[in-house]
Amino acid sequence: MDMPTPSADILARRPEFERRLREILPAEAVILDPVGARAYECDALSAYSCPPMAVALPGSTGEVSDVLRLCSEMGVPVVPRGAGTSLAGGALPTADSLVLGVSRLTEVLDIDYDSRVIRVQAGRTNLSVTQSVGERGFFYAPDPSSQLACSIAGNIAMNSGGAHCLKYGVTTNNLLGVTMVMMDGTVVEIGGAGLDAQGYDLLGLVCGSEGQLGVVTEAALRILRAPEGARPALIGFASSEVAGACVSDIIKAGILPVAIEFMDRPCIEATDAFANAGYPDCEALLIVEVEGSEAEISEQLERILEIARRHDPVELRLSESEEESARIWAGRKSAFGAMGQLGDYMCLDGTIPVSQLPLVLRRIGEMSARHGLKVANVFHAGDGNMHPLILFDANKPGDLETCEAFGAEILKLCVEVGGCLTGEHGVGVEKRDLMGHQYGARDLEMQMAVKDVFDPGWLLNPAKVFPLEASGPRRMAAQ
Amino acid sequence: MTGQGAGQAARPESEAELAEFVAAAQEPLRVFGGGTRQSGAPVNGAPLTVAGISGIRLYEPGALTLVAAAGTPLEDVEAALAAEGQRLAFEPMDHRGLMGTQGVPTIGGAIAANASGPRRIQCGAARDFALGVRFVDGTGQIVANGGRVMKNVTGYDIVKLMAGSYGTLGILTEISLKVLPGARATGVLLLEGLGDAEAIRALSMALGSPLDVSGAAHLQKGLDGDPVTMIRVEGTEASVEERCAKLRGLLAEFGEFALERDPDRTRRGWIHVRDVASFHDRDGDVWRLSATPAEAPRIVAGIAGAEAVYDWGGALAWILVPEGTPAAQVHAAIGGMRAAATLVRGNRAAGAFAPLAAPVAALNEGLRRKFDPRGILNPGLMRAAA
Repeated sequence: MDMPTPSADILARRPEFERRLREILPAEAVILDPVGARAYECDALSAYSCPPMAVALPGSTGEVSDVLRLCSEMGVPVVPRGAGTSLAGGALPTADSLVLGVSRLTEVLDIDYDSRVIRVQAGRTNLSVTQSVGERGFFYAPDPSSQLACSIAGNIAMNSGGAHCLKYGVTTNNLLGVTMVMMDGTVVEIGGAGLDAQGYDLLGLVCGSEGQLGVVTEAALRILRAPEGARPALIGFASSEVAGACVSDIIKAGILPVAIEFMDRPCIEATDAFANAGYPDCEALLIVEVEGSEAEISEQLERILEIARRHDPVELRLSESEEESARIWAGRKSAFGAMGQLGDYMCLDGTIPVSQLPLVLRRIGEMSARHGLKVANVFHAGDGNMHPLILFDANKPGDLETCEAFGAEILKLCVEVGGCLTGEHGVGVEKRDLMGHQYGARDLEMQMAVKDVFDPGWLLNPAKVFPLEASGPRRMAAQ
Repeated sequence: MTGQGAGQAARPESEAELAEFVAAAQEPLRVFGGGTRQSGAPVNGAPLTVAGISGIRLYEPGALTLVAAAGTPLEDVEAALAAEGQRLAFEPMDHRGLMGTQGVPTIGGAIAANASGPRRIQCGAARDFALGVRFVDGTGQIVANGGRVMKNVTGYDIVKLMAGSYGTLGILTEISLKVLPGARATGVLLLEGLGDAEAIRALSMALGSPLDVSGAAHLQKGLDGDPVTMIRVEGTEASVEERCAKLRGLLAEFGEFALERDPDRTRRGWIHVRDVASFHDRDGDVWRLSATPAEAPRIVAGIAGAEAVYDWGGALAWILVPEGTPAAQVHAAIGGMRAAATLVRGNRAAGAFAPLAAPVAALNEGLRRKFDPRGILNPGLMRAAA
């Protein structure tokens, strides 16, 4: 993975930049010493790191605007950062960049239960948004597994998903408006007046743009009243293919579970040992959760079990209580931690059409044998968003490279069967150079033209999303 | 290619033919699908329809996805889905009755207009169900974005940008859609006689309950001339019964809601709301107001001679006003409130859309120049009502 060479010119003007940054921000909002800046050298994709030139942690939209205007004037690249939980290197700095963190912008600004909208500063964590409205029985639907730490700003940048997308959609389906600061310091209000966009749907464009179009400082989010209840069923199968076919049949039958989670044998064994979840001894299992009133839940679960029985399940377990529900979920929720116990792993994020699950799982198995690296599958099966975890040994020479090649092969397969490279983690630097497998030159050109409109100087998170050689001419021209 | 005679619209039969046509175009084009929605300011340009690029390309009920060419008649899409017990959950409106137009609504037109019906309040707008697009830009190049899976963050989401851009950024040729299972049963609660503010308070209360309401509307004049408040619940038989009973209890302070369970009557009732049938065959201009539910009735009350149909719990109001009511009067009623009004029916020669703040307008214009540098795709259609 390459990053652009830092600009010697910018580094030469560093003292001037630091002086001017100090003039516009209070002392506690600026980090210039190398030790302090080191905390911002990477995000959750920690294989790649680089300390930035400086870190700014503004406390208001006005301060964000001042910082961006300065960077714009001096030509300093800006790497926006939420909570730094990106798995794709979305917040990876370069040595000549300023990291602009929104971690001090955490206030709840307004809650309107009648319109079912909450307005928050964008540095607020995902889970704390739900906590702010939980007392009244409401919640914010997108629930990425990092929700305890990740910020709304980061969720918007990556259009984050979670386990409940099949029913509630992803961030873009739950975002009603943003206050955003453009690279030149202009503050824009996008959306927010009722439900529909005026003019073009800029909100849809900003969501998932990986911090390349502007810095979001405030967001209006849709909140929902939580259902009366929810209960899962656990179903074990003799093969992954059969489990995949069962998923498709449940959906075809007109049932819309709130979540359908899939785990295969390596993952079942690891999580069972780790969380003592009492999972059955089988090749694959599904956790299917439905919600609503008690009558609704029973009716839906019965129909799901009826469908599952046609696929010769080796285990059928219906939760009858909160404790049983918690036990069924315990293994799934600790899956990533459990896999970490087995060694190093790389987590992929491709999405495939649900109908292709059996084929893709078989092909991944074949690749695993060929590369000599084990793989465990745990993912949101209802929406086809796969998370194969490739196990490797970081201390063994060549293992990381083999793992990366294996990962790229899986992602290309996802595209080949009609899916995509990334379902919820984002492109970042991780999948940047694979973009050509999903999009043609013209398709990428159109996306880059969008960035030209919002950030003509290509200063916002410049070396992400697009293959370096594709964005090169624009980044050079801007310098 | 057919139909290039005098007065007839050009009608390419494939994406490649359309791309060639646009690349060779020397003058502005008036682009449309079935021509039933007639949105925005009238366009001065050579007529071009995508109705010839038609057909369902792929339908996987088990994956909840359907891919169709943009010119595919909406009714074909809906029939294919119904055969599998599925549907377009965003319930696209049929504009023909309101606009007095003829023709066949297309799936491309529904997405280009982001046409979303009553269920939008529960599960999202047309744009939320658009997973991928192919389109021809203003230079005649073919562009693809998104895909056919429901979780996809690979690159920028130009799909959303295209939804609701009325053919001014590119001409849609193919759309991938997320579809959903249809409901086994429907229940509708009805109450006559509430004033706007009371009705919207009732709708907010219903929508804020855990009972998963899929329609929340208030008509100032129902079929018999009295105000009627309507709340829809969908699901399985047992669940609909249970939730309707709970809702009636929850809303008891407003009066006793009647319960309608007849499948045909409930279906027709919501088509009435969806298509704003209250204003069919009646004189007057029609505005579409996007506002907060609390403020919408105040804005409606501020416009002389206005009659309203509220949907989406009050977040949307269709407003019938005397013909020729100046845009300034509508904007004055909005005042400082965060709301936007679009002229749907009436003299749209001077523009129909809500005005945009300067920096947002600049972004809109900047995008348009990138997607259609020659400014030939439906030029002027989205300009603000003066």
